[in-house]
Amino acid sequence: MSRNPYVREVSPTTWFFRMPRYMRYMAREVTSIFIGIFTVIMLVGLARLSEGQVEYENFLAALRSPVSLVFLLLALAFALYNSFTWFNVAPKAMPIQVGEELMPDMVVAGSHYVLWVILSVFVLFWAGVF
Amino acid sequence: MMDVQLAERQAELEVLRYNPEIAGEPKFERYSVPCKTEWCVLDALNYLKDNVDPTLTYRWSCHMQVCGSCGMMINGEPKLACKAMLRDYPGVIRIEPLAHFPVERDLVAVADDFIAKLKRVKPYLIPSDKRSLEEGEYRQTPAQLKRYRQFAMCINCMLCYAACPEYGLHPKFIGPAAISLAHRYNRDSRDGGRDERQEELATNEGVWECTFVGACSEVCPKHVDPAAALQQVKVASTVDWYLEHFMSWVKK
Amino acid sequence: MAKSNKPIIWGTFAAGGEVVSLITPVIIVLILFAAIGRPPSALGYEQLHAFAAWWFGKLVIFGIVFLSLWSQAHRLRITCFDFGLRADGLVATVFYVLAGAASLWLILILSSI
Ligand code: SF4
Ligand code: FES
Repeated sequence: MSRNPYVREVSPTTWFFRMPRYMRYMAREVTSIFIGIFTVIMLVGLARLSEGQVEYENFLAALRSPVSLVFLLLALAFALYNSFTWFNVAPKAMPIQVGEELMPDMVVAGSHYVLWVILSVFVLFWAGVF
Repeated sequence: MMDVQLAERQAELEVLRYNPEIAGEPKFERYSVPCKTEWCVLDALNYLKDNVDPTLTYRWSCHMQVCGSCGMMINGEPKLACKAMLRDYPGVIRIEPLAHFPVERDLVAVADDFIAKLKRVKPYLIPSDKRSLEEGEYRQTPAQLKRYRQFAMCINCMLCYAACPEYGLHPKFIGPAAISLAHRYNRDSRDGGRDERQEELATNEGVWECTFVGACSEVCPKHVDPAAALQQVKVASTVDWYLEHFMSWVKK
Repeated sequence: MAKSNKPIIWGTFAAGGEVVSLITPVIIVLILFAAIGRPPSALGYEQLHAFAAWWFGKLVIFGIVFLSLWSQAHRLRITCFDFGLRADGLVATVFYVLAGAASLWLILILSSI
């Protein structure tokens, strides 16, 4: 009997619409656009800082434009999404075995969340927000 | 003995049909099948084949989620037909062969690619020190068993391949199950074959095609968590890379 | 088949992913305060300059920005492919060259503070 397999092509540009889990994955990947741009903003801020007080104050003033405000809010939302997705899967890469049992994923992910909260509160405190 | 009365349900199935001997694309056929509410999708297909259309082609064997042969797309999700219960599918049930594989006939996917990849990663014990028969068995503690046990649960059903978009986009990718099985032996205390397997795993077509979508682990019926195996292989391969390169610099 | 050289970038992606996940949200919050006209004291010129002039402060800033650059460059490369841009070699070169240039700039900036 001759074989004649039928090949179904995967669309390289629209495949992620097929399943909600693919959309969630793409949302995670897209965080890199926002975090990437934010990293560049940090770099520019540092450059202005190195140039002197006036330049740096101008940088701070430029942050107050509506475009920048909207961007920062979006960046925060995507950065938070990235953090959640990262912490939730962190246990997978590093299985920890204590005695006979493997540590449940919850414990490893949970400790990431705890560390995250402590670090964030510390930074806010150090920066003088409180 | 008393007969247990199960409720009846007329299930509406849409089944993708493909006949390789007739030119043309696969097409959906609609069937109305008298079922019991406690049946699984495989039961409905069996009824269809026995009573309506004996040419309907699909794979199955165990009817109890161990042989791994009845994988198919059910309402767009890769599922074992013997594990997908009709009661979880109230509406029309759309059944297609596993995504990302060529279609052999009807619901049968061509598995050749997966089988070839499985062979390449040497998913069997390569003992680190060979023992003669007189020396007795290879011993292992329960803790050593637990290191890899979850990855040994794979039944080669290929659902993870049908879920993995990266496999769909790069068909050369060795893929979730084969890499997880290689990892299962890498983590086995009796095994010494990791270097050989790394020749396949640490390549661009190997673990590095994975972008950690995580779909494989979501669909795996045996909770193998292939995504975890692949991330662990990445970490280990990264450590290898840095060691190999820095060591050769240090030696120079 | 030859072994991949992706580990060199993936190492920074893994480390960067961890650092970005832990620290970036709170940095954005700090900048947001500045954006609504109430910059926290650490973002004042004097304080931030003093922090960046301190060796440890430099190290922290360098670590965060460097890892952030490389991890996001790597993920951007993959994102392009996932959206259907098949010229992976070209995309990778562009993003890694940008990340490299930005890293150099970062070193220049920090050494001039
Ligand atoms: S890893 Fe899970 S989904 Fe993949 S072939 Fe094995 S049992 Fe099936
Ligand atoms: S028939 Fe064996 S797994 Fe479904």
